[in-house]
Amino acid sequence: MNINLTLIIQMIVFALLVWFTMSRLWPPLMRAVEERQRKIAQGLAAADRGEQELQQARQGAEAILREARERAGQIIEQAQHRGNDIVEQARVSASQEGQRLVASAQQQIGLEASRARESLRREVGAIAVAAASKLLEREIDARTHQELINKLAAQI
Amino acid sequence: MLPSLSAAGTPNLTEYITHHITFLTNTQPVGLIDFSVVNFDSVFFSVALAVVFAGVFFVAARRATTGVPGRFQCTIEWLVELVNGQVRDTFQGTSRLIAPLALTIFCWVFLFNFMDLLPVDLLPDVAHSVGLAHLKDVPSTDLNIVFGLSLTVFALIIYYSIRIKGLGGFIAEFTLHPFSSRNLLVQALFVPVNLLLESVMFFARPISLALRLYGNLYAGEMVFVLIALLTLTSGYHALTSVGGWALIVLQFVLGLSWTIFDLIIGLLQAFIFMMLTVVYLSQAYEHH
Repeated sequence: MNINLTLIIQMIVFALLVWFTMSRLWPPLMRAVEERQRKIAQGLAAADRGEQELQQARQGAEAILREARERAGQIIEQAQHRGNDIVEQARVSASQEGQRLVASAQQQIGLEASRARESLRREVGAIAVAAASKLLEREIDARTHQELINKLAAQI
Repeated sequence: MLPSLSAAGTPNLTEYITHHITFLTNTQPVGLIDFSVVNFDSVFFSVALAVVFAGVFFVAARRATTGVPGRFQCTIEWLVELVNGQVRDTFQGTSRLIAPLALTIFCWVFLFNFMDLLPVDLLPDVAHSVGLAHLKDVPSTDLNIVFGLSLTVFALIIYYSIRIKGLGGFIAEFTLHPFSSRNLLVQALFVPVNLLLESVMFFARPISLALRLYGNLYAGEMVFVLIALLTLTSGYHALTSVGGWALIVLQFVLGLSWTIFDLIIGLLQAFIFMMLTVVYLSQAYEHH
C-alpha cells in the first residue's frame, strides 16, 4: 500500500473523463431532456387549450339546443293555436251551415204545408159544393157562391 | 488464484490474504511514496471502467431523441436528471462543469465499487492463468485512485475559490474566520488561530473524501476475502461431512447477504463522494 505514479495517472484520466463528459455527453443528453420537457409542456398547454375549447363548444351547443327547444315549443304552440282556430272555424261554419240547412228545410216544409193546405182547401170547397149541390139537387153556380165557399174553406 | 500449499498440504491463509491485497506493479515499491511504481491493475480497471461509462453514455447521447425515449435512454436520462437535480438543489452558482463532474464521479465511482461484487477470485484467477501474479480488481480499494479523485476535486476547489473570491478573499477565508474582531490588534491575535482551524478543515476535505470511500470499499473487499476463507482449507472432503456442508451453506448465505449489503454501500459511497464534491465546490463559489 503506497502512493505512486498511479495517483498521477488517475488524476489525468479523471480530468480527461470529466472533460469528455462535459463536452460530449452532458450537452446532448441535457438538450434531449430539456427539449422533451418543453414539448411535454407545450403538449399539456395544448391539451388545456383543447379542454377549454371543448368546454366553450359544449356551452355553445347547449345554447343552440336551448334555443332550438324554445323555437320548437313556440312552433308547437303556434300549431296548436292554429289547429284550435281551424277547429273553431270549422265548428262555426258547420253550425252556420246546419242552421242554414234547417232554415231552408223549414221554409220548404212551410211552403209544402201551405201548398197542401191550399189544395186541400180547394178540394174541400169542391167537395162542399158537390155535397151542397147534392143536397139541394141542383147546380150551384160556383162563381156566385165562390165567396161563400172561400169563407168556408178558410174556416177549415 | 489457488493458494499455494504449505508444507502440511493445506493452503496458506496468510498467503491467500496477502495475495488479495497486493497490486500488480512494475517494481516492488519502496517506502510510502514511490513515483517510479505503477499499479497496472488499478490503472487498467480505472481506464476500462471510464471507457464503459463514457461508452454507455456516448451511445445514449448519440441516440438521444426528443421523442418517446426507449428504456435505455430513460435509464440514462433518469441518472442525468437525478445528478442534475442534486446539483441544482445544492449548487447555487452557474457552472458548466459541476453537473458533468458530479455525474462522472457518481457513475465512475459506482462502477469501481461494483467491481467488488464480482467473485473475489474470479479476475485474479483469470489473470493468474495468463501469467499475472497479482490482480486487484476494485480500483476504489487503491489509495492512489481515491486520492487521484479527491485531489483533483481539491484542486478544483482551490481554483474556483481563487477565481470567485480572488486570492485576497481566499486568504481572508483562512485568516478572518471563524474568529473576527473590529479591533485590529485582537484580529491580529486571531489570525494564527483562524489559520490553524481553517487549514485543518480545508485540508481534511480531500483526505476524508478519499479515505471514506477507500475505507468502506477496502473493508467490503476484506469481508469477501474472509468469507472465501471459510471453505478454503476444507478441500473435497468437505462434501462428505455435515460440518463441511454447514460451512458451504454458511459461506453461501454470508456471501449473498454481504453482496447485497456491499451493493448498497457501493451505491451510497458513490453518491456521498458526488454530493460532497458538489457541496465543497458550492462552498468555493460562496462569498462570505
